[in-house]
Amino acid sequence: MRILVIEDDLEAQRYLVQGLKESGHVVDEAADGQTGLSLALSRPYDVAIVDRMLPKLDGLKVVAEMREHGNSTPVLFLSALSEVDDRVKGLKAGGDDYLTKPYAFVELLARVDALMRRRSPVGVKTRLDVGDLELDLLSRAAKRSGTDIELQPREFRLLEYLMRHAGQVVTRTMLLESVWEYHFDPQTNVIDVHISRLRAKIDKGFEAPLLHTVRGAGYMIRAH
Amino acid sequence: MRTKPGLLQTQAFRIVLVYVVLFAVSVTALLFFTYWNTRRTLDGQADRIIEAEITGLSEEYQHFALPGLVETVRARTPHAGQALYLLVDNLHHYVAGNLDSWPQITAVPGEMIEFDYERPINGRQEARRARGRVILVPGNYYLLVAQDVHDRYLTERMFTTTLPWTVLLILVLGAAGGGLMSRNMLRRLDTINRTSGEIIAGDLTRRVPLTGSGDEFDALAENLNRMLDRIERLMKGMREVTDSVAHDLRTPLNRLRNRLEEAAARLNASGAQKSEMLAGEIERAIAETDQLIATFNALLLIAETDAGTTRAAMSPLDLGELAADVAELYEPLAEEKQISLAVLPGPAAGVEGNRSLIAQALANLVDNAIKYTPAGGQVRIRTAVTEAGVDLSVADTGPGIPESDRPRVTERFVRLEASRNSPGTGLGLSLVAAVAHYHNAALVLEDNVSSGVPAGLKAVLHFPKTAMRAVPGAPLKSAAE
Repeated sequence: MRILVIEDDLEAQRYLVQGLKESGHVVDEAADGQTGLSLALSRPYDVAIVDRMLPKLDGLKVVAEMREHGNSTPVLFLSALSEVDDRVKGLKAGGDDYLTKPYAFVELLARVDALMRRRSPVGVKTRLDVGDLELDLLSRAAKRSGTDIELQPREFRLLEYLMRHAGQVVTRTMLLESVWEYHFDPQTNVIDVHISRLRAKIDKGFEAPLLHTVRGAGYMIRAH
Repeated sequence: MRTKPGLLQTQAFRIVLVYVVLFAVSVTALLFFTYWNTRRTLDGQADRIIEAEITGLSEEYQHFALPGLVETVRARTPHAGQALYLLVDNLHHYVAGNLDSWPQITAVPGEMIEFDYERPINGRQEARRARGRVILVPGNYYLLVAQDVHDRYLTERMFTTTLPWTVLLILVLGAAGGGLMSRNMLRRLDTINRTSGEIIAGDLTRRVPLTGSGDEFDALAENLNRMLDRIERLMKGMREVTDSVAHDLRTPLNRLRNRLEEAAARLNASGAQKSEMLAGEIERAIAETDQLIATFNALLLIAETDAGTTRAAMSPLDLGELAADVAELYEPLAEEKQISLAVLPGPAAGVEGNRSLIAQALANLVDNAIKYTPAGGQVRIRTAVTEAGVDLSVADTGPGIPESDRPRVTERFVRLEASRNSPGTGLGLSLVAAVAHYHNAALVLEDNVSSGVPAGLKAVLHFPKTAMRAVPGAPLKSAAE
């Protein structure tokens, strides 16, 4: 996958580019807004990672310009600014996701993967499958190997999110943001408890577990 | 912002009213003095004339006895003018004079008296007022010498009948003028009040308009505006400071974390024996960095919310719904610790607020409650609508906080001895207090008496009445993508 990184802190840029390359992506980089914008408009990218504060052209303006030119590349904003109202500004300017510095690389990678996945055309799905686990989005019913699984509404949304990102790492913060719509870190890690509950419902009594913990990163649902 | 006082409650109107009353009293006193003085002068004049007449008549009597007196009276009557004479015998029968009959008076000889008499004017009998003296003439005759003072009497009557109306008119005109004047003043004050209200509500760019008259209100407005300029500059400066602190500290923290992650990844890849221990060390260093980052983020958020420099979007939200959401998030954790967590049913409690901030504050309170409540305990979230506004409370059956420590625990980095070794930044309650402050609400810590166990802690967020909003039917939530 092709990724554009626009970041003026060269140390952070080097680290990002290296990490993304090691993860198997093709990466172009720019150190200021203007260079970044012309790169974004001249070549097709699957995801653009844009710092909020850039020399020459501010990150918000870069993305606004991109959108004005009809460029719909998914954008992940990186920001070292304080957060309360900044996230809203970033998303309003045309960003698709927002990550506050400092971040863990796994968090960034998981979000980049999620953004790429969003881009691939899925159409309107009414059913999700992972192995022998099925989720019917219309009747809101879950089944594994033909056995009905009773789910609370929030558990259903949690499972739905995990299954839409099957095969991808999903971090705790992503779950808190997407399933609960909270943009803060709870003092205690409450997500883990929700996951172990869900795991008890979908994996208990079955030979092959589907819901996996990815150490130091988050969770992943996959068939094998 | 305080509500606008009625006209009668305003200081301006009160001052005007006091002045009007004072004015009316002094005008009345002045009029009375003038009246009294005029009457005294006029009466004095009449009395001098009467005395002179009496002196003249007694001289006649001394020289010519009674016939001489009668003669003189008769001689003076035709061209008497204002003078009145009447001489009667002991049975009050007419002897001489220009009065027909003895008037209704109890004659006390030698004393000045006033009486009414009748006199034909233009062919009609007319009641008039006179002032005079009765003299006892030897031989049981009475002589009444008087002056017609009817004009003075009329003036006096006019004065006494019009005086109450005059005072009333002064009062009415004064009150009306005062009302008009204070309304004018109030309108100017109102503009200043409205502007300050808008500024308190967060619009720091507002200024008090000047009328250009250069009066004291304009001077006040100008000073206020200058003060506001200063405050705005300070707020902007504060914002810039937090922004640059955030940027300048987060950038090196980011690099530090990156380098540690990189080192850990390299060590893991190298596969050497010794590296495993080193990788563990690095992972602990990363955890420390994350703690540092969490503390820093919390501090920054507290600073921003406390100073009000942030413009967190406000919208009407239902505290009950928010409580249910947060409870749902923490319910599995509570169950794992064998604590019963529940939201007690309450009325719809709509407030104007920032959902994320209030949710975070509530999450901190619930988190604390679960952390400190022993297994088998209870944590209860409740919303209540009171006279003063809306309450959102979290009550637990934990050890509570001693009353003497309560004011201290919302201060930054204050952790009580008992909790020194449990994880946390020590900023949880400070953040709750800052969020409360941002919403004009108050955080109150009290004993959880309703639990029956006196030791429990009850943390209450009091939202003021002004923050209350109607919440239009529960919003539909978008399904997870």
